Parts: sequence; C-alpha cells; structure tokens
Amino acid sequence: MNVRSQIAMVFHLDKCIGCHTCSLACKNIWTDRKGTEYMWWNNVETKPGTGYPTKWEDQEKFKGGWEKKNGHVRLKSTGKGRIVTNIFHNPHMPSMDDYYEPWTYDYQNLFNAPEGPDQPTAKPISMVTGEYIDIESGPNWDDDLGGSPVYGENDPNFAGLTDEQRLQLFSIEQLVFFYFPRICNHCTNPACVAACPSGALYKRGEDGIVLLDQKRCRAWRSCVAACPYKKVFFNWFTGKSEKCILCYPRLETGQAPACFHSCVGRIRYLGVLLYDADRVEETANLPQEQLIDGQRDMILDPGDPHVIANAKKNGIPDSVIKAAEESPVYQFIKVWKLALPPHAEFRTLPMLFYVPPMAPVMASRQDTGALNSVSDNLFHDIDDARVPMKFLANLFGAGQEGKVAYALRKQKAVRWYRRAVTVGDVDLETAERMLREADCTVSEAMAIYEITSLCTFEQRFVIPPMYREQAIEALKDPHEQKQSAGFGFLSGPRRGL
Amino acid sequence: MALSSNSLDIVLFAALPYLVLFTFLLVSIQRYRAQTFSFSSLSSQLLENKRHFWALVPFHYGILVVFAGHLVAFLIPRSIVLWNSQPLRLYVLEVTGLVFGILTLVGLTEMIARRFTNSKVRKVTSRLDALLYLLLLTQVVSGIALAVYYPWGSSWFATNLTPYLWSLFRFQPDLTYITGLPILAKLHILNAFVVIGLFPFTRLVHILVVPNPYLWRKPQVVRWYRPAPRNLT
Ligand code: SF4
Ligand code: SF4
Repeated sequence: MNVRSQIAMVFHLDKCIGCHTCSLACKNIWTDRKGTEYMWWNNVETKPGTGYPTKWEDQEKFKGGWEKKNGHVRLKSTGKGRIVTNIFHNPHMPSMDDYYEPWTYDYQNLFNAPEGPDQPTAKPISMVTGEYIDIESGPNWDDDLGGSPVYGENDPNFAGLTDEQRLQLFSIEQLVFFYFPRICNHCTNPACVAACPSGALYKRGEDGIVLLDQKRCRAWRSCVAACPYKKVFFNWFTGKSEKCILCYPRLETGQAPACFHSCVGRIRYLGVLLYDADRVEETANLPQEQLIDGQRDMILDPGDPHVIANAKKNGIPDSVIKAAEESPVYQFIKVWKLALPPHAEFRTLPMLFYVPPMAPVMASRQDTGALNSVSDNLFHDIDDARVPMKFLANLFGAGQEGKVAYALRKQKAVRWYRRAVTVGDVDLETAERMLREADCTVSEAMAIYEITSLCTFEQRFVIPPMYREQAIEALKDPHEQKQSAGFGFLSGPRRGL
Repeated sequence: MALSSNSLDIVLFAALPYLVLFTFLLVSIQRYRAQTFSFSSLSSQLLENKRHFWALVPFHYGILVVFAGHLVAFLIPRSIVLWNSQPLRLYVLEVTGLVFGILTLVGLTEMIARRFTNSKVRKVTSRLDALLYLLLLTQVVSGIALAVYYPWGSSWFATNLTPYLWSLFRFQPDLTYITGLPILAKLHILNAFVVIGLFPFTRLVHILVVPNPYLWRKPQVVRWYRPAPRNLT
C-alpha cells in the first residue's frame, strides 16, 4: 500500500443554478491576460449541449484520454512512438474555432461617433487580430438551449439512445436541461501529464494538484489533445499551455479556490482523499463496468488504522490524515456513493466527482406532479425516466444506469424523509421504507441532508495545512528564502525573446 | 594558417564562422539560463489548424532529411565518396536529396504564405520571424539551385566542404577548398552562417529542446517537495 493524499472535489449538480459566478471568479483572477482571453479554466455548460470546446466529449474527433489496446491502457492521441509524427502537427488538437474567437467592443465609438441619424453602436473587435469581427460563437453560446436542435441534440452523450427517445427529449413537454460546471479534474492518471513530451506537466506529490511548468513547456501541444476534458489550453500569445491550478496559492494559505469560494449555489465541496498509488495503474486498466467501483476501492478509508499507519510511513502529516477523516468528499464518494466521476471511461481517474442532478429526472415526468406521486414503486419517476437515465449514465456512470440510479434514489429518499419530518404531508413510514430501499439509514440521511442543505463554509471546504513553509525549509534557509523570493517570474511571461 | 585568398574571403569564411558559432553557443546557453520561459516553438496551430498541416509537416520532414544528409557528409565523407563510386547509387542519393529539398521548399512556401495571409497568424508574426523566413527561403532555394546547376554535390561536399568545415573546427581555417567554389555555393554557406548566428535569438531554439527524454521516462510525472516516499508513478 502506497498511500498518497489528494485534494479532491465534489460538485452537487442538483444545487447548481447556472449563474457562472464561478467562471467569472476564475477569469478575473487567472485568465484575464493576453493570450488567455478565450480560456475558461472553469466553465459551466448546459446539458444536453455541445459544451466548450464544442463537442469536447466526442473522442472520435478529439482522441482525448486513454483506451484499452491489447489489455493495456494507452493514450488515444499520442505515445512514445507517435510523438515523432505528432510533434510537427498535432492531428487531434482543437483550433480556436472549436472554442471561440475572443472579442471586445469598440466602446470608443459610443463617445466619438459623429452626429448622425442613428444611435452609434459598439462593434465587436477580435481580441486576437484587433479587427472587426462577426461573432459566430462565444462562451456559453448554448447556455440554456438544452432542447435545441443545434446544440442540445448534438450532445455526444445521446449515444445509445433510440431516435424515438431523442425526439421525445426535445418535445417541449419533456425538455430537460441542467448545468454542468467543469474545471480540471486533477486526475490520478492524468492523460495530459502522460502526453507531455517535455515533462512539463506534473502531479504534485503532496496534494495531487496537476500543474504545468511554464518554463518547461515548449508548445508541443500534446496535452491539449490528450486531456479528454479539454482542460489544458494553449496560450496563443506566450506559446505555452496553461491549465487550472486549483488556486494552489489560495489552498496553501488555507483558502478555498476562487470558484469554490464564490459558488452561489454552494454546490462545491473540497477535501482530502487518501488513495493507494500502487493501484492506479491496475484501476485505470479495469473493464469499463468496473471503473467506478475500482476507483472507489482505490480510495482508502482514512479511519482504518492500517491505512493510517501506511500514510504515516509515507510521510503524510497527522493533520492531513485528520483532514481526510473529516473530508466531506470522502463521505459523498465512498460512504454514501452519491458522487460519481465524469466520464470514467476516459480512464484518467478524475478526482472531481459529481452528484447527479435530480431535476431533469423529475422534470421528465409530465403527467403526474413530479414529486407528489406515491405508488407501490416509490422510485417510479426515477426508474421510468429512461431517457435522461441513459443520458446521465453516459455522463456519470461510464454507461451504467445502475450507478446513477443508486445516487438518485438515495437523494430522493433523503428528500422524502426530510419532507416527512418537517412538512409532514407524507407519512414517515413510507419515507423510512424509501430510505431502506435506497440503501440509506436515518443517520446517513440526516448527514446527507446537513451537508447538502445546511453546510457551512468550514463543512464544505476541509482544507488541510499544506506545509509549504516546511517544504521551503527542506531546501533552503527560510530567512534567505524570505529575502530572495518574490512573486512569480522576475521577468514577465512574454512571447519569445 | 594557410591563407591563399583575398581579405573578403578571410572575413567571411575564416572570421565569420567563429563569430556566429560563438554567438550561437553563448546566447543559447545564457538564454536557457536566464530566459528559460522563452524556449518555445511558439506554435500557431491553435490559431489555424488546416494549412498548418500542409506547411509544417512537409517542411519538417524535408529539412530533417536534408540536414541529416549534410551531417553524414560532414562526419563520414569517405563513406559518401565510396557510396557514390557507383553511378546508380550516386543518382539515388542526389535524387533523394533533391526531392526532400523540394519538399522543404513546398512546406516553407506554405508556411510563409499562411503566416502572412491568415490574419490571426499574422498577428503573432514578429519582424524577426519575417527575417528568419527570408533567410530560410534563401537557404533552401540556394540549396536546391545548387543541386540542380552543380550536380553531384554529395560528392563535392564531401571532398571540398567537409575538409573546410573540419579545418574550422581545428582552428586552422583552410580556405583553399572553397575559394574556387561557385558564388551560389558561397551564398549557401554564408547564409548558413547567418542563420546559425541568428538562431539563438529566434524561435529556432526549439530545436535545442527536442523532447528526447519522453522516450524513456515513465508516463506519469510526480514532483515532491519533501523527499518522495517511494519512487513510483
Ligand atoms: S482533467 Fe486535468 S488532470 Fe485530468 S487530464 Fe485533463 S488537464 Fe490533466
Ligand atoms: S457559481 Fe456555483 S451555482 Fe453558480 S454556476 Fe458556478 S457552480 Fe453553479
């Protein structure tokens, strides 16, 4: 057992209101520089939808992530042999058109336009060329267009649905959509790291944050193509790739990452997971149906004395082990099994998990009031909602509806239980039966209810001490470091010499 | 020092090479030390993805083969001469060189055309880039012209240029080998010196950092601040 600690995340999709506050918090801090205008390290997609960059989930096109070949996993887009052919021109790299061309407006014209019969306008200007452009797409271009034939219908997660089911989903009564906020998953088996010819990408040993060394990056672009989530971006100005850094400077000072901190729906949870690094390879190699369970097995119980002993042996500080015990994400992922990895079939073993949303499942029932119907099968609305279930399973269940159904049933049972307790319009007996059928106890239901509905800042974000000061001590005299270290580069990141 | 040429030749073929080589080494090393961030191929593939293929791929394959040819002739001239002793083998070598030279030219032309006609890519093209393209074009065109007008270059490179280049490396420049060369050949050599001198200031530095360790490193990279517990992924 080789115990590592990892900062892991859970997004509770049922709570996301699609306000994009997270995206803006991130943009304002990290990507408002030249060359990064088009990047959204955090973006919020409407599902069904094509996402950002357009159809990123379509790995036939982008060849992101890993695939199984002759019993072994290998990168879809590159590898030791293929690097030679890929390096001059990467055949699977998205172009700016797959994202959008960033623009601003010619605001001066509003002030300076000569007097005339019309109102002056502020024409859009490309932030790349500085010329006037016709805007063809933009960030969140398909926001809230879940049922649209252009966007919603082209969602790659509709694979495996019959035409009839698809059509149904786009009839106005059945139309569903929900929000899907995305950041880098800080994967345990990151495709971006494995693809980088220069070794510029790396996973931090102490906390598992995946970073890109700007000084080592040589613009070979392999990571951009290899990340199946399209969360490495290419800065067209500096000629370097960039990605989400999980706000590590904030984490190191005990603050939650900006997107987490600002989240209006309070959908975000962050904490430590302990996992067995010796099992990463074998887990990534499992058959698709076992991937989710395999990843859960790889995550270790921080209360287990054997795990604790091994964690200590690996130099994980007591305070980090304690944080792992209190970690809300551990509960969501492993104990309650509510949170699922996105597209586990990409085999990067993401460390950002999603609680699948109830809303689209409920909303797809039109004839009966969504939450009001009690039949012998208490979960009929979940079981009957076949169309979104398959869709959700493609997104969060590696294709298996069972995993998603389990999480949804438990969520519904908890709601009913709380409704029986607080509102009282459903009887407690039925609610408790539901809990039992959903594999949930009363105390578990209360815990889920609390962390979902009443959660405080401290409950959502259990940030361990990162001990960077000790890390510095190990390498350098702290007093010397204090006098010689500044922030960032001594020379600004610019293009070429 | 065997000097049997005029003073211009001395400046261009006995002094300049040392100047550019010195610049190349000094600036490359210092740039790597002080400006590591600036080492990048500055790819523009994100901005334009289609013509990029037809420009970059032929250019790179072409130039790599042509460069390898020059290198072989420089390192093992005798084998080349021996190889060329049979006409058929000589033809094969010459035609291969010419084909890859033309491939380079095709790619380079498209690279230049793409750079200056695509508005996004033009935006990330500096004056230095433009100068570099001009020099590269001169180099490739003069190389192809040499191959066409002064055939059997593979042989006379080995017998004339190689000894001259080696004499440079022995710090005893011997110009007797090259004073008699046609002006086109001299242009090709001189332009090469200029490219070498300019090299460390341009995006060409990406050649110095081609990622060979990728071939033997483990797929996953982990960096530790405290000593790594165990040497594993
Ligand atoms: S999600 Fe993040 S860690 Fe995972 S492959 Fe993509 S960039 Fe790398
Ligand atoms: S800030 Fe929170 S609620 Fe708003 S879109 Fe982002 S994740 Fe959803």
